[in-house]
Amino acid sequence: MNATAVGREAALGEAATNEPTAASPIPLGILVPGLPHPLLCPEGNEGWQRVRDGFAAARERIAASGADLLVVYSTMWPSILGHQLQANPEPEWTHVDDDFHYLGSIPYKFRIDAEFAELAVAKARVRGLHARTVAYHGFPIDTGAVVALKLLNPDNELPATIVSSNIYANRTETTVLGKALRDAVEEQGRKAVAVVVSTLSNRLVTEPMEPADDHIHSLKDDEWNRKFLEYLEKGRLEDLSQLSRQFHDEARVPKVVAFKPFWWWAAFMGQANLYSGTVHAYEPVWGTGSAVVSLEPAGESTGDLEYDEDDPEFYSGDREVLDLHDAPSMGALPESDGD
Amino acid sequence: MAKGEIVMGALAPHPPHLVYAENPPQNEPVSEGGWEELRWGYERLRRSLVGKEFDVIIVHTPHWQTYVGTHFLGVPHFKSLSVDPIFPNLFRYSYDLTVDVELSRAIHDNAAKAGLHVQMMENPDFRIDYGTITSCHLVRPEWDIPIVCISSNRSRNYFSVEVMQANMVKLGKATREAIEASGKRALLLSSNSLSHRHFTEEPEVPEDMSQEHITNHHQYLWDMKMIELMRTGKTREMVDIMPDFTEQTVAETDAGSLTWLMAALDFPEYPGEMHAYGTVIGTGNAIIGWDPASA
Repeated sequence: MNATAVGREAALGEAATNEPTAASPIPLGILVPGLPHPLLCPEGNEGWQRVRDGFAAARERIAASGADLLVVYSTMWPSILGHQLQANPEPEWTHVDDDFHYLGSIPYKFRIDAEFAELAVAKARVRGLHARTVAYHGFPIDTGAVVALKLLNPDNELPATIVSSNIYANRTETTVLGKALRDAVEEQGRKAVAVVVSTLSNRLVTEPMEPADDHIHSLKDDEWNRKFLEYLEKGRLEDLSQLSRQFHDEARVPKVVAFKPFWWWAAFMGQANLYSGTVHAYEPVWGTGSAVVSLEPAGESTGDLEYDEDDPEFYSGDREVLDLHDAPSMGALPESDGD
Repeated sequence: MAKGEIVMGALAPHPPHLVYAENPPQNEPVSEGGWEELRWGYERLRRSLVGKEFDVIIVHTPHWQTYVGTHFLGVPHFKSLSVDPIFPNLFRYSYDLTVDVELSRAIHDNAAKAGLHVQMMENPDFRIDYGTITSCHLVRPEWDIPIVCISSNRSRNYFSVEVMQANMVKLGKATREAIEASGKRALLLSSNSLSHRHFTEEPEVPEDMSQEHITNHHQYLWDMKMIELMRTGKTREMVDIMPDFTEQTVAETDAGSLTWLMAALDFPEYPGEMHAYGTVIGTGNAIIGWDPASA
């Protein structure tokens, strides 16, 4: 670790352990898909109804969790200027999806915890990230976040905030973002639910289709989805985080640079396999692998851990290919190379 | 009925910064200016349209992204607020526009006959994307001409740039034939940047021009290559190398807008009129017009 990094470690204080326990500030994590069908037309397909029922089961878990905050990481909210957090206290609009506009309009009014969002931005900046809140009337909240909040928090019982997914961010930046949000939860003494809005495989059926004919786009997508669900049921969150790059290659249409939600999820909840997982639903929604899953801290870890990727605490910005001296294992460059 | 025609086609990029810098009454944020090269370029494009009569503006937009086919606006009037999801501090624009639904549907029908998956968008609550609004505002700030708005089908993500381009060539031809059959005079806009790698941080004063430049030299060289081909009428060659350009510079040509425009113009062999090149938060943007009367 170079001197700069050491200084930043000191600025953060001694890193607190974030292994999940019963007293964890993040007592529950929920994975939900973001397409509008389970909200707008669950009757169109038995599978869509089962996903809708999965949302209802997840809602019960939230109610039982004792949480007082929902932190929603939406893969359907892209950002470019660092990371954006929704901070409009009462965003209100009628949303229409770009692709599935014919399913109808979605009026919404949400309850956003602006104070938490501001603190989370401050924590992100301490960890080297570029972040800001957005609080504008008419800001286009994405379909995924709208669907998640409408179905998981229909009466706005809990305040929420929504976190964007930066299109250029990779693992380090996303992991540090998750840790920064956890910092904010801990500082406020909150109990937060991590809500991840993402499909597993994301390949849509790109042709017109009768709802009854919905299916996972390919057998390969389905097999990878089921492998991830098997791990989720065993609570192996960090293992899945470490498998994200492979999943991106195998089962994702590469719209962005990487499959990030499990990096964020693990960093936010605690990078371990100490969870108990429940798959509430897994169905195709217009070809995508759409699952509703809950994870709760558990007492036992599954399996031995052998991780290939490091565990960053800070984000130091984009590095050029030849900036090896910034890599944790390389050490600082000598002051003079003798030439 | 006289045969319809394309009176001009233009590459008309949509950085919301340019509207922000103009301070029109529709946009809430207030700026001190900025990005003059591109704004003056749009002025030149507008001047080149003086004396040309047109009945409709047809815009192909990267920021209405659809995965299940190509979609077309099918509601005659929209009035609402557009807030840019990436730059909400710069663009919160109240729009009021009309749509030529008849021509929109005619292009839709032609594209369907050409084998493309297509759909009309008929939900009145739909919000118009900021790319469409920005390009249309900068070309025709009076908003006195109806538009046709065509979504960007993301076949590039699902297959490749080559597949996307094959579809856009069909869509461009379908557009031209629909215009000709309609008897209308149309202005076509390809609403996209060229190289498209952004900075991920914004200056404290967004219009601080001391901070503005291309993200890297590599992108600049690619942009110049593409522009040179457009300026010399080598548009087929430009389209041929577009897959490499798109991959190498994360170019916004991945949306298909420029390929659609070139196909609609039947791949001009006459020079495009270069109005401006400039960068916006690191991306490369060119404003170029093709006037078929100059062929």
